[in-house]
Amino acid sequence: MAQDIFSQVNLQRVYRRRRLTNKIMLGLTGLMLVLALIPLIWIIVYVLIKGGRHINLDFFIHLPQPMGTTGGGILHAIEGSLVMVVLASVFSIPPALLAAFYLTTHESTPLASAIRFSTDLLAGVPSITVGLFGYAVIVLAQKHYSALAGGVVLAIIMLPVVIRSAEEMLKLVPPDLRAGSLALGAPEWKTAIKVVLPAAAEGIITGIMLGVARATGETAPLLFTALGNDNYEIGKMIKQGIEHNQSIFDVLGRIFEQPADALPLTLWKYAQQPYPERVEQSWAVALVLMLFVLSLNILARVWIARRRSALQ
Amino acid sequence: MAINEMKKTIGISTTKERFPYQKKLATWLQHGDRIWSLLLWLSGLLVVILVAWIGWRLWIESAPSRAEFGWEFISPWAKASWNPALDKFQAWPSIYGSIVTSVIAIFLAVPFSVGIAIFLAELSPPNLRAPLNYMVEMLAAIPSVVYGLWGIYVFLPLVVVPIGQSIEATLGQIPGLAIVAGGHIPVSGLSRLAAALILTIMITPTIAAVSRDVLLAIPNSQREASAALGATQWETIWKVLIPNGLSGILGAVILGFGRAIGETMAVTMVIGNTTGGGYSILKPGYTMASIIANEFAEAVDALHTSALIEIGIVLFFLTLILNAIARWLVWRVKKQVMGN
Repeated sequence: MAQDIFSQVNLQRVYRRRRLTNKIMLGLTGLMLVLALIPLIWIIVYVLIKGGRHINLDFFIHLPQPMGTTGGGILHAIEGSLVMVVLASVFSIPPALLAAFYLTTHESTPLASAIRFSTDLLAGVPSITVGLFGYAVIVLAQKHYSALAGGVVLAIIMLPVVIRSAEEMLKLVPPDLRAGSLALGAPEWKTAIKVVLPAAAEGIITGIMLGVARATGETAPLLFTALGNDNYEIGKMIKQGIEHNQSIFDVLGRIFEQPADALPLTLWKYAQQPYPERVEQSWAVALVLMLFVLSLNILARVWIARRRSALQ
Repeated sequence: MAINEMKKTIGISTTKERFPYQKKLATWLQHGDRIWSLLLWLSGLLVVILVAWIGWRLWIESAPSRAEFGWEFISPWAKASWNPALDKFQAWPSIYGSIVTSVIAIFLAVPFSVGIAIFLAELSPPNLRAPLNYMVEMLAAIPSVVYGLWGIYVFLPLVVVPIGQSIEATLGQIPGLAIVAGGHIPVSGLSRLAAALILTIMITPTIAAVSRDVLLAIPNSQREASAALGATQWETIWKVLIPNGLSGILGAVILGFGRAIGETMAVTMVIGNTTGGGYSILKPGYTMASIIANEFAEAVDALHTSALIEIGIVLFFLTLILNAIARWLVWRVKKQVMGN
């Protein structure tokens, strides 16, 4: 009898302890999440406050002033980023989409597994080594730094991002659509371009947006491919081209062949300079860069989530 | 008829003859499908070749350095010196920097990431789940230079320096640990410790997101069975779900380790960039990625360039191996789950 009562009490104590452990540990996981989100909020708020002070129209439409003087803008970096990201998109999107089509039509061939594996590896290759590769393959061959070289390395970085999301989105397209088109006698390529691609277009665009966001934020691969250029101004190059009566290819060539700057590259250089004006401006560059990258990301992810729930 | 005869004599094919040839070509091409499959195949191959090409090209470019220094280059026991003026290069200090910062970052990030993954996969109220997922993904999306800028001017003076001083006062006083945790942290905070802490913040979302997916892939029957046996929610998580997804979570951790080793800009901005600094985490140093980022553009000497590229190769193969292992582990868990 005494034994029985003892075990009753003991059981209740064990039960209470288990419930307490449960509460503490579950609470801890929530605390971990809150702690991890502190840096996010800290960074965003700090950059908004510090950078917001220097944002005005002049900041976007002027080239930088000589070091040590105030004023000046980041037009060179905006235009450089634009040129290189456009180049990267042109180089990476077509092969990425074709590879994604291969993955969806040839699900389990050896090449398909090889592509999936290589895509994962490529996504994990440090961006700095991609930069070294770009240096070895393009800069050494051309014997000068250029926006083109920057565009190529950014394309390599975009490639796995676009392939992965495009594959996922193409898989979501109902197979009946493809089968229907093939049954009507349309060739495979016409089916892919006119039926499957439009059906998946929305999702693929969001994937491209993620790729563009990734490429825009990358600095390391540009350090020794695009190098940087304080006087990169497309408007001026076009004007000179018109004055000297050059063809459009000459002008485009000059735009691609010059070393170029990019937003993250400018931020990196400004942050380390001994001039306080430059450091102040680097916060504004950070603001522009962060807002662009984060809003592309949020937009793309909300869009993907909505599309996925609509299709399932 | 006469016209056809004339055409034959001057060598122009007749319509009658031309048609089957065209038709043959069209059938052969299957109305463009052969070209289309060739294009698909080539694009796929491009991706595969690209990885090999990167490795091969870096291997070629690093030849002078490999010939000059051999295995001594990456040996922990060789005399460490990095002197472009004397053409003496030895990579161990930067390899050590990469390893020590990444290992510290992993040890700090794992409890956070697993906690976050558990919360997001198991506990979060449904209407909070989407916004919280977005916020964790935002943390991964912030460009690394922005982390670096915030690191230099906010995080280092306010957080890293006090932590560094307390490490010096406690761990640094223990005789055995003084080698890795001794000495004064610089006033600016630029140190291996700063790099490790920034990396912790940067890799936490990566590990958390993959672990969350692993937990979500475990079928509900496991949770229900555990609950039916009377387990509390925490016991279900700790004794059923985590062991079930362990190899996937391990994969996520290795993935995070690869990310940390390869991370360049934020680390370059906060680690102080010097080849000296001994072994203490409170001292500035280099990582493999940061020595390349910091010196490559200024390297004029061929041997210097090739030594930096050789470091790039070490980095490349290390991350390649880590990623391959991680993918295999995550893939195995998902396959197991699908199989069940």
